[in-house]
Amino acid sequence: MAVATEQQILDGIAEIIDDIVGVDKSEVTPEKNFIDDLDIDSLSMVEIAVSAQDQFGVEIPDDELRNLKTVQDVINFVQKLQS
Amino acid sequence: MSQSPTKVVVTGLGATTPLGGDMPSTWSALLAGKSGIRPLTWDFVNELPVRFAATLAVDPSEVMPKQHLRRLDRNQAIALIAAREAWTSAGFAPPATRRAKKGEETAGVPGGFAVDGERLGVVVSSGIGGLHTALDSYDVWKEKGWSRVTPFTVPMLMPNGASGHVGIEFGAMAGSHALVSACASSGEAVGYAIDMIRAGRADVVICGGTESCIHPLQMASFGAMRAMSTRNDEPERASRPYDKNRDGFVLGEGAAVMILESEEHARARGAQIHGIAAGCGYSGDAYDIVLPDPSGAGQAKAMRRALADAGLAPEDIVHINAHATSTPAGDVAELASIKAGLGEEAASKVVITATKSMTGHLLGGAGALESIFTILALRDGIVPPTANLEDIDDEVDLDIVRGEPRKLPDGPAAALNNSFGFGGHNVSVAFQRVL
Repeated sequence: MAVATEQQILDGIAEIIDDIVGVDKSEVTPEKNFIDDLDIDSLSMVEIAVSAQDQFGVEIPDDELRNLKTVQDVINFVQKLQS
Repeated sequence: MSQSPTKVVVTGLGATTPLGGDMPSTWSALLAGKSGIRPLTWDFVNELPVRFAATLAVDPSEVMPKQHLRRLDRNQAIALIAAREAWTSAGFAPPATRRAKKGEETAGVPGGFAVDGERLGVVVSSGIGGLHTALDSYDVWKEKGWSRVTPFTVPMLMPNGASGHVGIEFGAMAGSHALVSACASSGEAVGYAIDMIRAGRADVVICGGTESCIHPLQMASFGAMRAMSTRNDEPERASRPYDKNRDGFVLGEGAAVMILESEEHARARGAQIHGIAAGCGYSGDAYDIVLPDPSGAGQAKAMRRALADAGLAPEDIVHINAHATSTPAGDVAELASIKAGLGEEAASKVVITATKSMTGHLLGGAGALESIFTILALRDGIVPPTANLEDIDDEVDLDIVRGEPRKLPDGPAAALNNSFGFGGHNVSVAFQRVL
């Protein structure tokens, strides 16, 4: 899979979040915290991570998932693994 | 006479059923004698002994966003839909919960009565729980492995899930319960809710039942018991309690929820009161895991205990919504129990109906739905007919409503709703008209 740009990753995450928890795509910006700002619970985060793995072709281990607090954290993680 | 002076009243009603997406449409379809039973259109339906069921008139996807539905089993989604209707019909304000503060839309009347969450309880039962979820997730595991199984599988399949979701949505902190006793489950839910209020644990209780398990496995396993009607060529005529040609029950799905409230609390806020939840009687057959005790002793005991709990005499009972599922043995056995429970004289004057003839059998949802039918029959003075009762069984010697709805006389009146479940659970709930 081609390496995605930061914007492409953001758009992809926003789409996944919209689809899974119904938060509007425009709400999903890099600085947002999943729990505090987007009201996403831990089980929904598992679903989002599984979808993100499929979409970006990267593995997100459970240990790492716990550290991904904001949308930017996910963007950085995906970019690091893709590069 | 009950030990507690606290009177419990019914102030809110909600349902989504095979007859309608809400309570008013369900009730008017019932009075019109309509059937909610339809052919199933599954791909491999011809491999099943039973190819019809009482499916929901309005699918939850028509009233709930898909993101909510993906984390709710179907039985939980419909319990929430019914609870929202009940809550709004009671005149309660949108609840001040964590979710509501985040701007999520909630049920309720703007400017309505603000219920104290510390004094609000929930009792919502399901007999089966999230069967669809359990089997769907098992299929995902087999095809794609464990990591693709939805992490919501456990909360979606647990039979107390509906109770939990309703409690969260409305901020109920007095206690949230789910009694499981097969087809008696939500009769017990109403009884437990009455007791919560009498005991002073809550002022308001959201109570009811839900079921959605119309799945090939259920058609196969109830079919294997030879418990279901196989009238595949005439689904609408398949559920026919007390008819000579009845051949088993018809599986249905749906949810029914009511708001119970202490009379003092309801009067203080000027609530509309639909009826009095007067008491509840229970018994265990201690006989067989699926067959009812043919002597009817257990069922009769439940009815007598309901009368005692409600402080009523057999002569006060004008109407019974029978459990009557359209099985050859069960229907007439219940009539014998009614005679034993009330005495021959009082039983002969009771107007009996079997609404499963139109709704099918909602299993864990049946007790609550039929409790609401009983309350409405008393309130509006009209008893729905038993559909498909064409050739009455020779053993039927009590007054069953057939053809047209039957008017009840004005004045003081009480009624019973019977629910009996596999396991030998017998429940009878007593209601009284408000004068």
